[in-house]
Amino acid sequence: MDALGPVRLALIVVFGLCGLFFTFVSMTGVLRLPDVYSRAHTASQADTLGAGFTLAAVALAAGWDGAGFKTVLLLFFIFVTNPTAAHAIARAAFEEGIVPWTEGDERR
Amino acid sequence: MSVVDASLAAGYTVEDFLLVVAAGFVVLAIGMLYRAVKGPTMQDRVLAVNVLGTNTVVILAILGAALGEPTFLDIALVYALLNFLMAIAISKFTVERGGVL
Repeated sequence: MDALGPVRLALIVVFGLCGLFFTFVSMTGVLRLPDVYSRAHTASQADTLGAGFTLAAVALAAGWDGAGFKTVLLLFFIFVTNPTAAHAIARAAFEEGIVPWTEGDERR
Repeated sequence: MSVVDASLAAGYTVEDFLLVVAAGFVVLAIGMLYRAVKGPTMQDRVLAVNVLGTNTVVILAILGAALGEPTFLDIALVYALLNFLMAIAISKFTVERGGVL
C-alpha cells in the first residue's frame, strides 16, 4: 500500500483522459468514415493509442510489482498486434475485391 | 496488486477515477457495436469486433486495477491473444487463396 505522489497521480488522470479521448475519436471514425479501408485506418491508429494511454494509466496505478509488469506487457502486445490485425483485415477486403471509396461515391 | 489509497480531490480516490474511465469505455463500446451490427461487408464486422475486443481488454485491465483483482490481468492477456487470433483467422478464412499476411 503505497501513497501516490502528486506527479504520478496527475499522470494517471492525464493518461486516463487521453485514452478516453482517443477511443472516442476511434469510435467516431469507425461509425462515420465512408468505407472499410478508412475504418481500418482509424481502428489501427486511434484505438491503439487510446488503449496504450489507458493501459499506461493502469500500470502507473498498479505500481511496480507483478501487476504493473503484466500491464506493460499487455500494452506492448496490443501495440504490436492491433495494427497487424487491421492490416490483415484490410488486405482481406482488398483480395475480396472491395473497391476503395473515392470522393463522390456514396457512403458505404 | 497494491491498492492505491491516495485521494484525488474532495474524497474521490484513484479507484473512483478508474471506474469512471471504465464506464466511459463501456459507453464507447456500445457505440461501436452499431458498426458490428450494420457493417455492409464482412470485413467491417470483423474490424468492429476487433475494436470491441481491444476495448474489452482495456476494461478488464482497468477493473483489475480498480477492484484490486490481479487475476483480471491474466484474463485480459488471454483475451488479447484470442482477439488477435480471431482477426487473423477470419481474414485468412474469407480469402480463397489464403494469402493475407
